[in-house]
Amino acid sequence: MIFLRLVLEFAKTGLFSVGGGLATLPFLYEMASNTGWFTHADVADMIAVSESTPGAIGINMSTYAGFKTDGIPGGIMATLGLALPSVIIILIIARFLAKFRKNPLVEGAFYGLRPASIAMITVAGLNVAKISLLNLPAWEISHAVGDLFVWKALALGVVLFIAQKKLKWHPVIFIAISAVVGIVFKF
Amino acid sequence: MKDLLDLWFTYMKIGFVNFGGGYAMLPLLERELVNKKGWTTMEELRDWFAIGQCTPGVIALNVSTFVGHKRKGVAGAIAAMLGFLTGPIAIILVVAAFLKNFAQLEVVQHAFAGIRVCVCVLIAQAVIRLWKSSVIDVFTFVLYVIIFALSAFSGVLPFKIPAAVLVVLAGLTGLTVSMVRNRKKAERKEGDA
Repeated sequence: MIFLRLVLEFAKTGLFSVGGGLATLPFLYEMASNTGWFTHADVADMIAVSESTPGAIGINMSTYAGFKTDGIPGGIMATLGLALPSVIIILIIARFLAKFRKNPLVEGAFYGLRPASIAMITVAGLNVAKISLLNLPAWEISHAVGDLFVWKALALGVVLFIAQKKLKWHPVIFIAISAVVGIVFKF
Repeated sequence: MKDLLDLWFTYMKIGFVNFGGGYAMLPLLERELVNKKGWTTMEELRDWFAIGQCTPGVIALNVSTFVGHKRKGVAGAIAAMLGFLTGPIAIILVVAAFLKNFAQLEVVQHAFAGIRVCVCVLIAQAVIRLWKSSVIDVFTFVLYVIIFALSAFSGVLPFKIPAAVLVVLAGLTGLTVSMVRNRKKAERKEGDA
């Protein structure tokens, strides 16, 4: 019953990892130790792959581990297992919201949830900016402003920011352009 | 059935280009779901993201479940979820089966260093879009600053507060503040009468 175990193990991960992809990591390491389906090195590799493909690390890791264990069906089952708990929880909340959206208590909760949500999004953006626009290791050695910024990345960022305001292009086009610029200018 | 396929297909497209996590997806969702399809509004998306952050699981997947549920109930939610998962599953299966050192390829590394810059811009765009309707008065601004500081400097804090706990606490604070305000308003009305 490897299928059932795959689904259950990943459903457990999906249920307890709150707050996006990286929250799944401790569970994945634990699963590697307990089941032997994949190794700790596999998890590290998958972090790199997840940064280089669309999709969240939790989803990617479940597909990868399922595939390693039982081929393509295993990959699909493990991924569905990961998604299942959150889908059920969201369905319950969605039903509740549809009924009580105008309730003053629900409105009040959102009054606080919204600014908090945006604060977290800002921090997530800054974390990406830190690794893509700044070169902290070089700056720590030299403490020269010239070394702090990755100038070509910064230039691309400014151009993209202005371009997406002026041009009503699909965001995917900007993603594709950025990939090409990254390859051509060796980011 | 046609609606379900439409949901699945729309979300499959989104899943294939979901770089940089849930937040970078917002401009994409605005384009596909709000402008093109008219399935939802920016305000609804904003609230779904807020909930998706403090419930278990991948944020982008949580939001897709909301979108699907609004369109077509439980079946719609499942269609959107499956659509969203199609791309990542297909890509990882290919990577796992054929490309041993995919992430180490130089061309891949350069491409994704470029894409990360774009992800910053997309997230900045999301923040700007959401700011106006969320940070609306002194209370919400103070809350923004506190949550920002707690999560930005979580590395240097002596204690670690999980992100979900922060979001839930913020929701409870908002609830309390608006209840107190409502009560005061009611008392004032009584006083006037």
